Amino acid sequence: MFGYYLDLALRSLRRHKVLTTLMVLALALGIGATITTLTVLRLLSGDPLPQKSAQLFYPQVDPYPADQPFSRSGKKLPWLMSYVDAMNLLHAGKAQRQTAVALAQVKVMPKTAEGKPFYADGVMTTAEFFPMFDAPFQYGAGWAAADDDSRAQVVVIASFLNDRLFGGANSVGRMIRIEDHDFRIIGVLKPWAPQPRFYALHLGSRNYGKGEGVFMPLLGARADGIEPSMMMSYGPGSSMAHLETSPAIWLGVWLELPDASAVSAYRRFLANYAQQQVALGRFQKSRTALSGLMPWLRSEHVVPDDARLQTGLAFGFLLICVVNTVGLLLAKCLRRSREIGVRRALGASRGAIFAQFMVEAAIVGMAGGVLGLVFAELGLWGIRHQPAQYASLAHLDLPMFLFTFVVALAASLVAGLLPAWRACAVAPAPQLKAS
Amino acid sequence: MEIRPILASLRKHRIPATLIVLEIALACAVLCNAVFMIGQRVADIHWPNAIDELGISVVTVNGADPKLAASDIPRDLAALRGIAGVTAVAAATSMPLDQNPALSDFTTTPDGKTSVNTSIYFLGSGGEQALGLHLLQGRFFNADEYADSGFKDFSSTGHVMLIAQSDAQRLWPGQSALGKTLYANNQSWTVVGVVADVLAQDPKFSGPGGRYSSVFFPLHPDGAMGDYLLRSAPQDRARVLREAMRVLGRLEPGAVVQGSTYASMRGDYFANARSMAWMLVLVCVVMLAVTAFGIVGLTSFWVGQRRRQIGIRRAVGATRSHIMQYFQTENFLLGTAGVVLGMALAFGINLYLMQHYEMTRMPWYYLPVSALALWALGQLAVLGPALRAAAVPPVVATRSV
Repeated sequence: MFGYYLDLALRSLRRHKVLTTLMVLALALGIGATITTLTVLRLLSGDPLPQKSAQLFYPQVDPYPADQPFSRSGKKLPWLMSYVDAMNLLHAGKAQRQTAVALAQVKVMPKTAEGKPFYADGVMTTAEFFPMFDAPFQYGAGWAAADDDSRAQVVVIASFLNDRLFGGANSVGRMIRIEDHDFRIIGVLKPWAPQPRFYALHLGSRNYGKGEGVFMPLLGARADGIEPSMMMSYGPGSSMAHLETSPAIWLGVWLELPDASAVSAYRRFLANYAQQQVALGRFQKSRTALSGLMPWLRSEHVVPDDARLQTGLAFGFLLICVVNTVGLLLAKCLRRSREIGVRRALGASRGAIFAQFMVEAAIVGMAGGVLGLVFAELGLWGIRHQPAQYASLAHLDLPMFLFTFVVALAASLVAGLLPAWRACAVAPAPQLKAS
Repeated sequence: MEIRPILASLRKHRIPATLIVLEIALACAVLCNAVFMIGQRVADIHWPNAIDELGISVVTVNGADPKLAASDIPRDLAALRGIAGVTAVAAATSMPLDQNPALSDFTTTPDGKTSVNTSIYFLGSGGEQALGLHLLQGRFFNADEYADSGFKDFSSTGHVMLIAQSDAQRLWPGQSALGKTLYANNQSWTVVGVVADVLAQDPKFSGPGGRYSSVFFPLHPDGAMGDYLLRSAPQDRARVLREAMRVLGRLEPGAVVQGSTYASMRGDYFANARSMAWMLVLVCVVMLAVTAFGIVGLTSFWVGQRRRQIGIRRAVGATRSHIMQYFQTENFLLGTAGVVLGMALAFGINLYLMQHYEMTRMPWYYLPVSALALWALGQLAVLGPALRAAAVPPVVATRSV
């Protein structure tokens, strides 16, 4: 039976070529726009570390004076931590793993004579950064906790920097000149760039992109005078040279807490810590926060508003296209009242007529889906040529590819419902009489 | 034109009529909000900035040895001054829209509070000419002030500053700002001049209050200065920039030298806004096209269905223009219902966006303008089918179809 409907539908679609083209084109444009924007939105709001994100937490404390709060409303907690607080939390060691992160722009000097110096994004952090964030190593390994305290001049580099400087060879043990100091390479990462780069949030860098080139021990890098990209001061006398003792926030702290009991235990520890600091006179407010990775990204609106607006707009557009398809399908089906009358008189049931028209709608939907896929690829190609920082990452993946057809089929079947219902409601007798 | 028969006929074709109304309403709602967003983006892109945007080129020198700055910067400036076509050069710490905010809170009393982040700029000698600042009151810095002012802990060790006009009005409304004192971090500076508004280093980061909140300090050659500003006639810019990059590349071999015209720096800052605006324009155009084709399709079907009735009307004396007017009036009625619904929907969407995004209230005139646009679109779309209807010969009435 399905084969027969298919044949009928194809005949009918071929008969009204212009109308069919209009329907397919409109649906395809709507689907193309929706899939393009959804792909971007999914990329932007994705989970950067799916296997680990549920165990990663971001603590916040508030060292700002009561009369000059961090945010105008006084509601938001400071994004970052001062060196003293970060080190206190790290040394307390109450989480399974903990690390402090700051970003820096660093000058890298190639060793070859003709090489020109260039700037690379760098991370200043502590030993547990790599195991905590599951950073995969191509060669070598990260540094040990002892290297943090001894201010070792060691560095882990990203694979793209290793390709650029050493042609992708194993460079462990070789030296690299960063900000006019020599560092020994102890590890090379595999290509690794979580999107969004959750650990870079509010640290003065981009939230998306290919990732940083060099990873240095925090204390060692600071001893060489490397300055963080972001520093906010909450009192007089802050200076880049004495950031460790300045009233300034510039470090993000991340914790690995394996289960709910560890989280609530840490919450208690953090609250106690803040109260202690109030008692010591360092803090004036004892409020704290401990956010999971994904809630933290959501609360900080890491996804640009524009991306969400574009998706909303695309869905509005798709809705218009569906309404348009409903209208055109309806026009076609009412025009064929006589044909329906004849089929009904020859014994076709209402259900059969309904199925026939739904098959026709589904064919329009499938054609719209295929063409929509072409439009989506075109749209993503356009986005890749945009200046946005996430541009190069916009690609259609398999789930979105399949989703396109789900959307297309759903849209066309919804659009076909009303015309098919009208068609099966046609009474055969008047139609036959009229001719 | 009698509209009662049209209404009667529409009542008989309730579903297609509802679909056209719905399509026009949705298109109107989306169009209103999209055009409003385009308008906002375009306004952002055209934020005025009282410096010589078309004449400035900026060469950034990063990673030079800061200990040698006191001797290197004057040497570099002298070499840059030698480039043909350069009318002014200076060193500075940052530029408007360079996306690298250096902000501070200034208050009018030592223990006051402020809700505005002010962008701070440190200019080397001649910085006001190189930037092309417009002096509104007072004076620029003199040679002594340039020589005696240093940079420590992110503040000026000097005692004078220039402020932007918006700050002057905000801080001392109705008074002259000249000779007044501003405080930050237990230090204070005297305002010696007021300049026309210069944009912040990153207006989006600074927020609406900080967009035109900028202050300028004098600074003697210092390692904190990473920007060399060159001013020239706009037609000389490309060559001046090229030569400046070559000169600085030779003089500062250990540093990373990057250059761009100020116009392209500004372009970079607004690149996202521009691409969003173009995307919105594209969506609007495609959406209007889809809507128009939808109207054409449904009306054509309608005309086809009513060929016989049209023939009868023609046979009993209706002129071609009567038939045309019938379809045009019908479309006008449907369009009116659509835009009324659409305007309500547009208003609702705007309210929703205001709650969930950084969106302001849409000015009322966007609603009637979009409504007019859709009316016009409807009339344009119906023209073809209506002409075809008018061409139906009266003889059709006599034939059995």
